[in-house]
Amino acid sequence: MQLLEGRKVTKTFGGLAAVFGVNFHIDQGEIVGLIGPNGAGKTTLFNLISGAYPMTSGGAFFKGEEITGLKPNQICRCGIARTFQLIKLFSEMTVFENVLLACLSGRLRGIKRSDAERRTEELLQFVGLSVEPTTPAGELTLANQKRLEVARGLATGPELILLDELMAGLNSSEVTQSMELVKRIRERGITVFMIEHVMKAIMSVCDRIMVLDHGVKIAEGVPKAISTDKKVIEVYLGDQHHAEG
Amino acid sequence: MDRARTLPVYISSYVFSCLVFLLLATIPLYVNPYLVILLTSVFMYIVLTLSWAIFSGPTRYISLASSAFFGVGVYSSAVLGEVLPIPAVIFLGGIVGSLLAFCIGILTLRLRGMYFIIFTFGVSELMRHFLLWWETNMKGTVGRFVVSMEPETVYYFMLVIFAVCLIVAHLLKESRFGLSLRSIGEHEEAALHIGINVTLLKTLTFALSAFFMSAAGAIMATRWTYIDPSIAFNPLFSFMPVLMAIFGGIGRLSGPIVGAAIFAMLEEILITRFPYYYMLIFGVILILVILFLPSGLVGLIKRKSRRSS
Repeated sequence: MQLLEGRKVTKTFGGLAAVFGVNFHIDQGEIVGLIGPNGAGKTTLFNLISGAYPMTSGGAFFKGEEITGLKPNQICRCGIARTFQLIKLFSEMTVFENVLLACLSGRLRGIKRSDAERRTEELLQFVGLSVEPTTPAGELTLANQKRLEVARGLATGPELILLDELMAGLNSSEVTQSMELVKRIRERGITVFMIEHVMKAIMSVCDRIMVLDHGVKIAEGVPKAISTDKKVIEVYLGDQHHAEG
Repeated sequence: MDRARTLPVYISSYVFSCLVFLLLATIPLYVNPYLVILLTSVFMYIVLTLSWAIFSGPTRYISLASSAFFGVGVYSSAVLGEVLPIPAVIFLGGIVGSLLAFCIGILTLRLRGMYFIIFTFGVSELMRHFLLWWETNMKGTVGRFVVSMEPETVYYFMLVIFAVCLIVAHLLKESRFGLSLRSIGEHEEAALHIGINVTLLKTLTFALSAFFMSAAGAIMATRWTYIDPSIAFNPLFSFMPVLMAIFGGIGRLSGPIVGAAIFAMLEEILITRFPYYYMLIFGVILILVILFLPSGLVGLIKRKSRRSS
C-alpha cells in the first residue's frame, strides 16, 4: 500500500529550483533511501513533506489524503515524524522531557501522563540511550543526541519517519548501531525515509533508493541497480571514488 | 518515583506560601498607612513582572507591551468604575487586556527576536498616542477622574491578584503547556515538528499574561484618582518588568517575585534618599547585576547552595 506519494513536487527559491517536478512514493513498511550530491535538494524535499516550507507547486498525499499546505504540527499529527540534519533538540530540557513532550504533543496527544512517562522510558531504551534521564539534552554526545532525536520523533507516534543524515559524523561502530536502529524501527511497523551519505549503510539497509541531482530525480531502484547506474556514478558515487582516491 | 521524593518539599513550600500570604493579609492591621501604600506598589510590580514572566520567561519572546495592557486596565477602570462594582471592573479590565493581547498576538507572534520586541514597544506607544489624540481632538479634555478607593482596599485587591497570578503561573509551569512553552523558547521549529500548535499556544499565553497586567492596572487606577494617557501607558511599565525579571532571575517563579520586590523597594529608598542620583545608582546596580549575575539573584542563591552541599 502507498503510504506517502509526492506528485510533481516543486520548490523554487527566487529563480532557483531546489526541487523540481519530483514524483515519488513510499510504500508501507519500506525503508527508502534518498541520496545525491550536496545541494541536490534532499533536505528541501524533507522540509516540503514535513510542511516546514510550502510547496511552490505539486502535491503530497499521505494514506491517500492530501497533506499539501498543512502546517508542520498538523503533518506531525497525521503521522509523519522527522529528525533534523543539524540537531534541533530542546537542549536545556532533560532527555526525559524532550521525549515526554513529544509523547504529549504528537499524534498520541491526550494520553495519560503516566502512560506518556512509560512510553518515554520504553523509547529511550529502544533507541539505546542509556544515560541518566535527567541529563540536559545539550550535554549528550553527538551519537546520543542523534538517538534522542529519533526517540523524540518516534514519541509523536508516527507511521512514517523521515531521518535526515542520521549517521553523519558518527564513527563506524556507531554507524553499525544506527543501521540496526533503522531496521528495528521498521520492525515496529514504522516506515522509514532516510537521507544518508554513508554508502555502506544505505546500500545494506534500504529496500529502494532514490537519487536526486540539482533538484531532479535522476534514478530510482534497488540498491544494486543504483550502485551500477551510470548516471548515478557520474554525478554522485563517482565523485566520491575520486575524493577517496 | 521522582515525584514521591519531592512531595514533602512541595507540601512544605505550599505551607510556607500560605503562611506568607496570611502574614501579608494581616499586614494593614499593624503597620502604618505609608507602608501599606508602598507594599501596594511593590505588589503591583510583582504582578507585572510575574505575569510578564509567564509568557516571556519560557518562550524567550521579550515583550515590551506590558504598559499597553496595564494602561488598558487603567482606562477600563476609569470608564467602568462609576457604573460597576470594583471586582467586576477588575475582571472586565483583565478581559479587555486579554482580548487586546490576543489580537496583538495573532498579528505579531510570527515575528521573532528584535522585530517582536520593537513591535510590542510600538504597540504600547501607539496606544498612548492614539488615546492622547482621541482625548485632545474628540473629547476636548485630556485625562479622566477615577472613583477612588481606600489604600487598604487597593492593597487587598492587589494581594488577591498577586495570589491568583502566582497560582496560575505555578499550575502552568507544572503542566504540559509549561513544557511546551519552554520548548518554543529553546527551539521553536522543533516544537512545531513534534505537533505543538505553536501560534495558538503563544497567543493564548500572551493573552493570559495580559489579563493580570490589566487587572493590576484596573485596581491601581483607583489609587491615583486622576489618570491620563502618559500616566496609564507610561513606558516604564514596559521596561520595569523586564529589568526586574532579569534582576531576580527568569528560570523559576521566585526570580521575578524576588527581583520585583527588591527592585521596587530599592527604587523607593533611592528616590526618597537620593532624589537626584537615584536613576544613576539604579543604572549602575543594574549593569553590575547583568555583568556578574547573568541568572539573577535567585541564580546566585542556587549556585551558593550547590557549592556548599
